[in-house]
Amino acid sequence: MSEKEPLFSPKNLKLLKEPLNDNNPITVQVLGICAALAITVQIKPSIVMALSVLAVLSISNVVISLLRKLIPPRIRIIVQLVVIATMVILVDQILQAYAFEVSKQLSVFVGLIITNCLIMGRLEGFAMANKPWPAFLDGLGNAAGFGMMLIIVAFFRELLGSGTIYGYQVIPESFYDAGYANNGLMILPPMALVVVGIIIWIQRGRNRKLIEEN
Amino acid sequence: MKNFSNLYIFSFASVLVIIVATLLSFVAEQLKPLQERNVEIEKKLDILRSVDMTAGIEEAENRSTFIEELFANNISESFVVNSKGELIDGRDAFAIAKELKAEMQMPLEERGLPIFVASDPEAGNRYIVPVLGKGLWGPIWGYIAINDDYNTLSGTVFAHAAETPGLGSEINTDKFMDPFKGKKLFDESGNFVSVTVVKGGAEPNDPHGVDAISGGTITCKALEKMLWDCLNPYVNYFKKQMN
Repeated sequence: MSEKEPLFSPKNLKLLKEPLNDNNPITVQVLGICAALAITVQIKPSIVMALSVLAVLSISNVVISLLRKLIPPRIRIIVQLVVIATMVILVDQILQAYAFEVSKQLSVFVGLIITNCLIMGRLEGFAMANKPWPAFLDGLGNAAGFGMMLIIVAFFRELLGSGTIYGYQVIPESFYDAGYANNGLMILPPMALVVVGIIIWIQRGRNRKLIEEN
Repeated sequence: MKNFSNLYIFSFASVLVIIVATLLSFVAEQLKPLQERNVEIEKKLDILRSVDMTAGIEEAENRSTFIEELFANNISESFVVNSKGELIDGRDAFAIAKELKAEMQMPLEERGLPIFVASDPEAGNRYIVPVLGKGLWGPIWGYIAINDDYNTLSGTVFAHAAETPGLGSEINTDKFMDPFKGKKLFDESGNFVSVTVVKGGAEPNDPHGVDAISGGTITCKALEKMLWDCLNPYVNYFKKQMN
């Protein structure tokens, strides 16, 4: 009998940590950019979006991993989509019932989690070939890496675009009196792309593993 | 790769779909009352906001029940009129306000026009009417509170489903809504002129104009149209009350 692998073996921990930096879904794999552009105008919806993706991705990963030997390969993508869509609708319904304000803010974007390529990517690339526990950790790790980036991008966009952080005014009134103005461009999606670009630039500059050899 | 028979593939798909469908409909049924209550409370809160009667909501322990109590205490009366300005018996104003879209699709003569009355011993009665229109990306709606001269706006609340963040979505900020206070619906000779949203900024003493939002022109125009379309049917009633 082979020795049972401990729950938090180095291999499993790696699944959790790698997406936070070396293999970040947004800045390295460049997945899930659409969501990063759309809902990062303010921090609050970004946090809810991050949590929703966390729930959807980790649960879907476990479900697919449990079913992986039963799913006929020919219809596996459809099966994955059905599982994701189910989770997303559940999250949406629960938000509407228990967090109405937030669900109003996120509006259509909760539904759009279904089309988030990150989730499909993890189900197809990882959960189909691994046991439930590693799949769960992989889901958590990737969603955390994704959510972290959303919140970082939202931080800068909210600060520069609206002068607030988490809805609280942080730029003092005297700045505005002295001629400072909120940058309306930060609120529009193109600036999210620019912010993500700058983050990628900084990350690649600091993390040697990501520097490609030419 | 294992080979699955066609029969297996079909049965797998069917079973999966049935399980998912059962789960979702069960959850939807379970959560429905809660969701409907949320929508209702949201509407009550908006009505209260249009007359600035929201004191204490932030500190309230149970936000939902507090809003319901506040609504029951402050909105003393509600009734339904028709476009000729006559009272209609037997219709519930709040039920119409909840399904305003369906009501607005009916021909004008058959439409019920809900009015809510906020009574205040100091400021006198104020009359609140719901409005609904099409914005740039989705519906926009709101509540207009009118003083007991049936002419001067005492407050407005606007909301939207999907207007552009930072541009059209600014219609629900105080910065946009506050200037509506004190604007007049009728001109000096008593004609209905509604309130217009002026691009480039309204004159400070213009009784019928407020500042538009730069970059939010389409939403602002839609809002202007919404005000005109939804307030116009009330004109006969307002005029009757004025005389």
